Amino acid sequence: MPVTTDAGPASVAAPTRGVRARRTVGDERVRKNAAKRNYPLAFLWPAIIILLVFYFIPTIMNFVYAFTDWSGFKRSIAFNGLANFQALFSDGTLVRDLRVTFVYAALVAVFQNVFGLILAVFLERDTRMNRFARVMFFVPVIMSALAVGYIWQAVLKSDGALNQILGLLTGSTVSTAWLGSTTWTIVVVAAIHGWKWMGLSMLIYLAGLKTIDNEVIEAARVDGTNPWQMFWQIRFPLLAPALTFNVATALLGSMNGFDIVQATTAGGPGGSTELLNIFIYRTFGQGLYAQSTTMSLVLFLMVSIVAFPVITYLRRRERVL
Amino acid sequence: MTATAFNDRRTTERAPGVHRRGSGIVHNLFVVLVLLALLGVPFWLMIVTAGKSQAEAVQPNLRLPSHWQLLENLHTVITDGRMVQAFFGSVLVTVPSVVIALLLGAMASWVLARRTSRAMSVVYALCISGIILPPAVVTIMMLLRQLGLAGTPHGMIGVYTGIYLSTVIFFITGFIRTIPPSLEEAARIDGAGPARVFFTIILPLLGPTLATATILVTLYIWNDVFYSLFILSGKLDTLPLNLYSVASAGMYLNNWHLIFAYIILMSLPLLIIFAVAQRRIISGITGGAVK
Repeated sequence: MPVTTDAGPASVAAPTRGVRARRTVGDERVRKNAAKRNYPLAFLWPAIIILLVFYFIPTIMNFVYAFTDWSGFKRSIAFNGLANFQALFSDGTLVRDLRVTFVYAALVAVFQNVFGLILAVFLERDTRMNRFARVMFFVPVIMSALAVGYIWQAVLKSDGALNQILGLLTGSTVSTAWLGSTTWTIVVVAAIHGWKWMGLSMLIYLAGLKTIDNEVIEAARVDGTNPWQMFWQIRFPLLAPALTFNVATALLGSMNGFDIVQATTAGGPGGSTELLNIFIYRTFGQGLYAQSTTMSLVLFLMVSIVAFPVITYLRRRERVL
Repeated sequence: MTATAFNDRRTTERAPGVHRRGSGIVHNLFVVLVLLALLGVPFWLMIVTAGKSQAEAVQPNLRLPSHWQLLENLHTVITDGRMVQAFFGSVLVTVPSVVIALLLGAMASWVLARRTSRAMSVVYALCISGIILPPAVVTIMMLLRQLGLAGTPHGMIGVYTGIYLSTVIFFITGFIRTIPPSLEEAARIDGAGPARVFFTIILPLLGPTLATATILVTLYIWNDVFYSLFILSGKLDTLPLNLYSVASAGMYLNNWHLIFAYIILMSLPLLIIFAVAQRRIISGITGGAVK
């Protein structure tokens, strides 16, 4: 391995110098040199190269090709300025898909966290039954999202299982088209996404609940707090780090969502659940690379604009507490 | 390390039982009801439909099949659905991606955690930016075509490694910062070079963190369909890709029994691993997330 041979000669001198560096108080340069020798960049380069080739360069290219007329139907590629953005904007796709993705992400963040938090509180005590239930709720997390989408498609078909059960409960025929509404289907699909990942959120909340100091709870109990106050004013605020993690992962996961929506509605009905990634995949398949890469840039910008402030806000909230 | 801490706390902290036995039974009944409603219905539907004939499965419902033909359906899926190739395709891209991401990520993390110059912290910020920022999948595909890697396992492995290196570096750098440098110092005095220090001292200490990162990254890569739809473009099959083509073809043929038989089979590898290592996986994930 090149790493060993590179580092060989330097490391012979390293120990004595390293020790001396610690003794001479404040000698910044010596310490820096020791750091360079002890932690050679050769360890960093392989990761950097992979990131450059497969992540950074494509991302930079994305900023370039979104302003070209690149397509699968002709050989040459020429700059066309903002034409792609204008076309996507004027036919309404840009605004619609942005809105759909944003609404979907917000709904998933709510569903995943509400489901996860309720389950965590519900299954908090360490009984055998609760442990079993926790393991079961983790099964959807390890399943393929595509598979989860197909299962729910079958459950929610207008002549599917859910309507059957509702029919039995109400005693009349129910034929709600759960996946056929241009207004409500996005809520249903976001709930499926929340269902798939609620087991993970539950675990994170459970871990957060376990880190709460028992003395805090006891003190509050002595002060006569009722269970409602105990949860919302004492335990929930102490779950801030878990909340940050869960909201951030839910937002990021759903803005990059594809599998569940593709498997249940494929963007329909009428484009009402067309996430940016669905559009990117569809137009790529049609050879419309410019449109595809333009939307990819839009997704990149959207995630940067939404995710960073949300994470910063949640982090600050943690610090205040 | 995290595993034991998690389990210790679990036994001591919840010891003062506030609930009486009666409420325990009610609680357990309620848990069963919730499990049946939330998990029982979809999974029951999947299993009974996978056991039906095509005629019966056209309208998936909760009724039992008139006669079970689950094994025949599984057999059909394996032979007609090219499932064996797809399984090996999945293994072929997942295992190298995870191993490379973990090894290169751990090596980079060590340097990033220990060197504290301003330039290094910029490099670190760039390295972990991939946790948040989505990869530019269309231009990745274009670059791979130019490199002659489109549709190859090598290209796919590179893309997965590039996407998940950020996560690995983030997890491991945070952990290495908690390891006192004095542990390395001792080995250095004995004349060990950086490679020896890393592989004999740091890497063994990373065990629990590496385990957590392995679980997360494996979950994402094994189940991924979006990136493989672009990169592999039908030249190499993975399990989710294969499911997608089976289901897309079967949608209008209404082959629900085959789709569900396929889903049961493809979920088995991860389910079995999870069943065996369930306690470690759960404590590993929770240990890493909430500091």
